[in-house]
Amino acid sequence: MAEVKESKKALFPMTKKERKLLFDPLNDNNPVTVQVLGICSALAVTSMLLPSIVMAIAVTFVIAFSNLTISLLRNYIPKQVRMIVQLVVIAFLVTIVELTLKAYSYPVYKQLSVFIGLIITNCIVMGRLEAFAMANKPWQSFLDGIGNGLGYGIILIIISFIRELFGRGTLLSGTPLEMKIIGASSDFWIDTTTNPYFGWYVNNNLMVLPAAALFIMGLIIWYQRSKNSKLVDIS
Amino acid sequence: MEDFLNIFIKSAFVENLVLSYFLGMCSYLAVSKSVKTAMGLGLAVIFVLGITVPINWLINHYILSEGGLLGMDLTFLRFILFIAVIASMVQLVEMVIEKVSPALYNSLGIFLPLITVNCAILGASLFMISREYNFSESVAFGLGGGFGWFLAIIAIAAIREKLKYSNIPAPLRGLGIAFIITGLMGMAFMGLMGIDPAIFFSGK
Repeated sequence: MAEVKESKKALFPMTKKERKLLFDPLNDNNPVTVQVLGICSALAVTSMLLPSIVMAIAVTFVIAFSNLTISLLRNYIPKQVRMIVQLVVIAFLVTIVELTLKAYSYPVYKQLSVFIGLIITNCIVMGRLEAFAMANKPWQSFLDGIGNGLGYGIILIIISFIRELFGRGTLLSGTPLEMKIIGASSDFWIDTTTNPYFGWYVNNNLMVLPAAALFIMGLIIWYQRSKNSKLVDIS
Repeated sequence: MEDFLNIFIKSAFVENLVLSYFLGMCSYLAVSKSVKTAMGLGLAVIFVLGITVPINWLINHYILSEGGLLGMDLTFLRFILFIAVIASMVQLVEMVIEKVSPALYNSLGIFLPLITVNCAILGASLFMISREYNFSESVAFGLGGGFGWFLAIIAIAAIREKLKYSNIPAPLRGLGIAFIITGLMGMAFMGLMGIDPAIFFSGK
């Protein structure tokens, strides 16, 4: 056991501060539920798991590399034009993501439609560039970007898991791992037409509607803040 | 004209940018604590959307598309050009308002630059492309979308002003309850779905 720990340390030599950068955004400083950034796209793509996983990866990629680029350039960017420089860097990375998706995964690209483009105006990206990358070293900025991307992704995946399971009775549909859990035909694991215990079950259509994402988001915030009293909004 | 009204009403009510596509959510939640400031931001959004969507239509049609002036398919430059247009339009609007009406400029204050990173603006331009609107339709879509955003932010600001006096569980206060209210408003707006405004304007 001790040996495993030892080798892990050798693989990821991280100081305490760097670990904090990477894991803090997952809960205590979550970009979505605590900093209230990047909600627009977080809610719109979450009706199924597959598009939200793709979105989470895309956003993590964009935040991490834009943080890295801006941090490398931070001493050469004049203060007055920094917004434009940041937007150009972000737009360039988003274009890469868009073209890659279009080439390798066209159905997902169609499903996400305009929301890939909207990563440009995702406030998390701009927010991290302004608040972190403009003032910190490249490696730390890169870690901060990965951490924030994961913090965003985790919320997306929780919401879309609930919405897909209760709204359609499936999980990961559209991938080779598709699981059909519950529904009114013999394709599903639990067939509500024949199963003696689940005859009452009907998929909840509310979960497919956009409003459900907002309710689940509100409940996640409620849960998180009731566990973590220092986040409670006093005003 | 029928088309114009049809798209205007559809984008303002039936397919509201905030309540059915979640666009512009960040500033919608951040600036909806009082009706007065919400009004200022809402008006600025109507203005900027009404200008940028048609301009981006012209850019897309005459410069980026294959049949345009350059004769090349440059659509991969779309994001960069659109965001540059939006950023410069916001800057321009800011300068014009400052010159023409200093009072309005002071009341809008910091909200003008905020509009650049409002997803509703870029989102409307991208929707305009993916729905293949023509020029007059894109004008209607820009104005209607802005008007819908304006209505939504005024409504939630009014509700949040009243909510200050109600007894909400502490962890849900502020952001949490704002999300749930937005969800309820979204469901209310959903009641309008399936209405085709074209029927009312078909001349009968």
